[in-house]
Amino acid sequence: MSAHGSVGAEVAAVGAHGEQRPHPSVGQYVRVAIILGVVTAGEVGLYYLQAIPDGMLIALLVFFSAIKFSLVALWFMHLRFDSRLLRRLFVTGIILAGSVYAIVLATFLLR
Amino acid sequence: METGIGAHEVVAAEHPPTSTGMSNTKVAMWTFLASECLLFGALISTYLLYRGRVVSGPKPGDVYDIPFTSVSSFVLLMSSLTMVLAVHAIAEGDQAKCRTWLVATALLGMTFISGQVYEFTTFVHEGLALTTNVFSTAFFVLTGFHGAHVTVGIIMLLSLFGLSLDGKIPQSRAETVEMVGLYWHFVDVVWIVIFTLVYLIPSPGGSA
Repeated sequence: MSAHGSVGAEVAAVGAHGEQRPHPSVGQYVRVAIILGVVTAGEVGLYYLQAIPDGMLIALLVFFSAIKFSLVALWFMHLRFDSRLLRRLFVTGIILAGSVYAIVLATFLLR
Repeated sequence: METGIGAHEVVAAEHPPTSTGMSNTKVAMWTFLASECLLFGALISTYLLYRGRVVSGPKPGDVYDIPFTSVSSFVLLMSSLTMVLAVHAIAEGDQAKCRTWLVATALLGMTFISGQVYEFTTFVHEGLALTTNVFSTAFFVLTGFHGAHVTVGIIMLLSLFGLSLDGKIPQSRAETVEMVGLYWHFVDVVWIVIFTLVYLIPSPGGSA
């Protein structure tokens, strides 16, 4: 059933809508994990920095969170290497959820 | 098989033809995960809406233990590494290594859940129960739903481990491990968002 089973670990499934790109190596996965750990440490460090204004703190924390989210989705979930269709499916879900709930929050918080 | 025959031909021979050219299981899993974004989006929005409207009982900043939750978050992040290593191992046909990483992932998941149980227990002792105020209800429902997802993931990981011991997860069924991996990573990315929005970003009341 799996593409991996037959063509080796380094080859992702190939589809009419997809591109075939090699999956990362163990070393690359470990490097991504180290970056995730460092960014998390940075986030927690920012939390304890009293000197940063709330607006900037929120912007930085959201930025770091987005980096971590993207790293896991693109590298560990292989969205960077698998078909574009899968990427579009997931991004559609995120955009739909983000826009719907941004409107909800704006409606209730700004009135 | 890797020489002379292109990847496309090999996959085409193994997969029944689908309209997307990809495994239906994979497309279904990604569609499911996209729909889960809406579920967790609703829960996170509800929390953001209500956390600053506490009229009685503890506020977010009164109860959160950021160092403890940071360690829990780190544990869950590292479980994503062990999970992807399990997927990598089975793709290479190394079932023993795959089992090792599956167990490691399950143990890290259990550590995270244990931390959550400890956190919930501490909050209740500090006077913050499910129905104490709107903040507590939103908090417990959001993190409880996430914890339930992690628990389901642990059950799937242990099931995979058991199946693998029985020899039912050969290299040809690597996609099964990959699907569980996708679910596990999704649970991780949801926690990345929860950790930032719920724990780290200060609440409007100024206490978190």
